Amino acid sequence: MNAITKNEQNAITRAVLEIDVNNHAGVMSHVVGLFSRRSYNVEGILCLPVGDGRQSRIWLLVNEDQRLAQMMKQVGKLEDVIAIRRHNADHAVFQDLETFFRP
Amino acid sequence: MTETLTGAQITVRLLERQGIRTVAGIPGGAILPIYDALGQSTEIHHVLARHEQGAGFMAQGIARATGMPGVCLASSGPGATNLLTAIADAKLDSIPLVAITGQVPKAMIGTDAFQEVDTYGLSIPITKHNFLVSSAEELLEVIPRAFQIAATGRPGPVLVDIPKDVQTQAIEISQWPEPGRALPAPTANPVQIEQVAEMINAAERPILYLGGGVVHSGASTAAIELAEKASLPTVMTLMALGTMPVDHPLSLGMLGMHAARYTNFLLDECDLLIAVGARFDDRATGKVAAFCPQAKIIHIDIDPAELDKIKTAHIGIAADISEALGQLLPAVAENSRDIWVDRSNQLKAEFPLDMTGSDNPRSHFGLIQSVAACLDDEAIIATDVGQHQMWAAQAYPLRRPRQWLTSGGLGTMGFGVPAAIGAALAERERTVVCFTGDGSIMMNIQELVTAAEENVNVKIVLMDNATLGLVHQQQTLFYGERLFASQFRSSPDFIKIAQGFGIAAVDLDSSVNPCATLMEAISRPGPCLIHASIDAEQKVYPMVPPGAANRDMIGA
Repeated sequence: MNAITKNEQNAITRAVLEIDVNNHAGVMSHVVGLFSRRSYNVEGILCLPVGDGRQSRIWLLVNEDQRLAQMMKQVGKLEDVIAIRRHNADHAVFQDLETFFRP
Repeated sequence: MTETLTGAQITVRLLERQGIRTVAGIPGGAILPIYDALGQSTEIHHVLARHEQGAGFMAQGIARATGMPGVCLASSGPGATNLLTAIADAKLDSIPLVAITGQVPKAMIGTDAFQEVDTYGLSIPITKHNFLVSSAEELLEVIPRAFQIAATGRPGPVLVDIPKDVQTQAIEISQWPEPGRALPAPTANPVQIEQVAEMINAAERPILYLGGGVVHSGASTAAIELAEKASLPTVMTLMALGTMPVDHPLSLGMLGMHAARYTNFLLDECDLLIAVGARFDDRATGKVAAFCPQAKIIHIDIDPAELDKIKTAHIGIAADISEALGQLLPAVAENSRDIWVDRSNQLKAEFPLDMTGSDNPRSHFGLIQSVAACLDDEAIIATDVGQHQMWAAQAYPLRRPRQWLTSGGLGTMGFGVPAAIGAALAERERTVVCFTGDGSIMMNIQELVTAAEENVNVKIVLMDNATLGLVHQQQTLFYGERLFASQFRSSPDFIKIAQGFGIAAVDLDSSVNPCATLMEAISRPGPCLIHASIDAEQKVYPMVPPGAANRDMIGA
């Protein structure tokens, strides 16, 4: 989602964020818009409803820089965000999707 | 007992149950069912603004003067977009606001219908939270929650977008929800409070740095007690002016870009900065790396995301300020701190704010002080945005919280007049003064007729230099004196304008005795415009150039 090359991307430390949210129209805008508004790039997005569908889970793949802690606090303030957890870049959720993203 | 009510009637009833007695707005097609229901309400007074932005700022004036959420209404499309500036302004200054907008019927959303705009999407970045209501039942949950969110923790604006068919949908109601109120704030960790007390007790050169959160939390008395007990020289942000009386011996007034020299110089020397309800805004800190360079930092704020955002705190506490200061007070040792207080007084004497000419009521400082001489501390002082705002911040003797209503974070020209009207509607017994400039007043001048219609006790002091003063100042200082688009080649006759809108007007320029004219205009009940020409060459000094360190002030 940005202009840097694959090689450059690989050199950047990544983090995976797992965000539990209330499932209604507009929640994705709230979460993803917050990142773009604070000029924090999101590399990958996954979102599906969970259980009975009243909640969804959003997975974000982001570059890690010193602003990540601040970003997580800002996400945590959103009314529709129930929980946010941080994982390392080697989390399986995005890796298993690579077959769908071959050039 | 079961009643059958429409979504519109439910909305109005929920506002009544919420304790709302004044709302400001403008009707239009998509919100007419709510207006129809509002017209039947005997409890709510509707103020008809002349532009939705005016309605938004009136609601802000109510909220800023009382601390309770203000309510504004607008129709879909242009009505909603016109509200956005006032909502964004409330977001940046943490003002509790509930904005209710009409929307096209649900079935027409997404069809580019007449006066359809994505109000929900537009308002995401500038609200604390927003709702698009999809049924009349949902209103019973959403309206109280909107008030709860607006008032809880760090206050802020909430927008509720209600499609027209939701307003007309009738449902049976047997039970009403409780009104939405602020939820209890997190309490400070006693171990951290103990550490803060130890740091204050051990510090030699501490400064207390108060922000708008002190006003929101109702903590000004506690902050003054803390300052007095530990002898803490105290600076205030623009938003916090009035929390410590300006003539308190420990007050250093406003910090930052237009602070007195002594204020920024003393900050440069401090070894401990105790930030309370402040957010290290760039206009307060100047170049951040050079702000209080020797100081350890204690930061207390209700919003955990403010901690470590700009400056890393040695101790950061996310808590309600009143509660945190209540815990802190007994743990802090009494200390007269003579050397540091002497140093503070020495700098005050050596580098005072230059108010040359303030004995002349036709000068900018003299006018502000002459207005103050006509009033007591019960008056409310609103401002617009520009040179007049900074001069008022520097020179008006503010002495109580919620006395000072100003657009700080967003810096919105056009804020002053409607915010003053809102404050006067909420606090009928007070005189409300609005300092404005000829640039600012033109941005919401249509609300003069609202002031006439409501007969509010608002005195608009128009400092007219026929320029966009702060632009003129920056072009003069930093753009090689190339003045462009900052001088008005044509100015209206503001006296005739005010009279044309139906309010009294006086011109200090043609008055033989401006102080007497001023006193008479301010004492007479009802709205009045007071016009005074001022010198366009006057600058707001001192000034920290944008991006510079606070110690590098220019002018005066």
